[in-house]
Amino acid sequence: MRLLIGTLFVVVCTAGFFMSSVLADNTPAANAVQINIFNYKFDPETATVPAGTTVTWTNKDEIPHTVASSDKGFKGSSGLDTGDSYSYTFDKPGTYKYYCTLHPFMTGTIVVTAKGG
Amino acid sequence: MNDHVSKDREMELLQDGERRRLLKCMAMAGAGVLWTMKSGVLSAKALDGVTAAADSDFSFIQISDTHVGFHQAANPDVLATLQQAIAQVNNIGRIPGFVLHTGDVSHLSKPEQFDTAQQAFKGIKSDSWFFTPGEHDIIGDNGAEFFKRFGGGVNGKGYYSFDYKGMHCVCLVNVMDFKPGGMVSLGDEQLEWVEKDLKGLSASTPILVFAHIPLWTVYEAWGWGTSDAPRLYSYLRRFGSVTVLNGHIHQIQQKIEGNMTFYTARGTAYPQPLPGAAPNPGPLTVPAGQLGSYLGIREVRHVNVSGPLAVTDTSLALPV
Repeated sequence: MRLLIGTLFVVVCTAGFFMSSVLADNTPAANAVQINIFNYKFDPETATVPAGTTVTWTNKDEIPHTVASSDKGFKGSSGLDTGDSYSYTFDKPGTYKYYCTLHPFMTGTIVVTAKGG
Repeated sequence: MNDHVSKDREMELLQDGERRRLLKCMAMAGAGVLWTMKSGVLSAKALDGVTAAADSDFSFIQISDTHVGFHQAANPDVLATLQQAIAQVNNIGRIPGFVLHTGDVSHLSKPEQFDTAQQAFKGIKSDSWFFTPGEHDIIGDNGAEFFKRFGGGVNGKGYYSFDYKGMHCVCLVNVMDFKPGGMVSLGDEQLEWVEKDLKGLSASTPILVFAHIPLWTVYEAWGWGTSDAPRLYSYLRRFGSVTVLNGHIHQIQQKIEGNMTFYTARGTAYPQPLPGAAPNPGPLTVPAGQLGSYLGIREVRHVNVSGPLAVTDTSLALPV
């Protein structure tokens, strides 16, 4: 019985260790956000992310799109052909509106919050 | 299925009963239609391959939306269909006075795409070409590469005018000023230039205006229009014959407003849906064997000095 408790203790500790290491691995992943460009839409249309997050847009349409800041708030992409991606790291909190210069009816927003906020 | 929807919608856009009947026949035959305008009234007759009218002073060709570099399901080989279009032009049997390309030469503004397109264009037997950029031609460099190859116009902005056998031709650029959520504009600087450019001309001068995106609102939700076009009309209204040619929407639409007639052209690359007929304007993949009837070229003929221009659209489905 004592042996069983001991074994369980080890199992729980090991599980705990693995869980914490999984969480630790998740921390950098939380600083990366994926936005799909599909059916002439940015998905999600609005993304709220902490400062320091790298946002990656991937074009899944048959037609090229671009990611361009509406007010020169960040550096935009060049033309993204089908399957192409573009990444930008948002370091400063703020609201960043953007659109596709080829199809200006396509718009999106990145809301960058303070780190840890 | 799409084809049926498209044909039905196309019919709805035609007001004249005779044209409607004729076009039904033409759609069945897969042939082109010759449009002739007299005193602002359109009439149509079949394009049977021997319509070379003896009274036309000159003719020119409009080619549009070649999208060299596109390689998706809607047309895996846009170079092949461009070559077909070129054969179609040469098949008309008249050497065009000039060739007008109303934009989207390339798909992604890449130098190699422009190279391939330019190489193909040499297949048309015509000495002069005039270009206006599409939004696909100015990606990443505001058109620097395009203007270097095809002419920078006034102050390197791409717009310009020229005279051809008594007709005054105005090339406009309406792909540089995209605003999020809205339609594109020509901009004050360009419009002021147009006003000056047209000022000294007599009202009887035939006017040809061309740009990539329609200069009338075809469908605002998809950005198929030009927001400050009404100011352009204010300079054009006094002329007796104004023909406005555009590309961008990969299909034929037309509109008459006073003495101004607006036409959009088919492209040579891939079809797009009718306005609002799909959730978005993405490339339309049509059943195998039908692509040719959605693509094509346009011949425009000057029939007589005081008269309007005659427009002939020919689909690639017509055997060469």
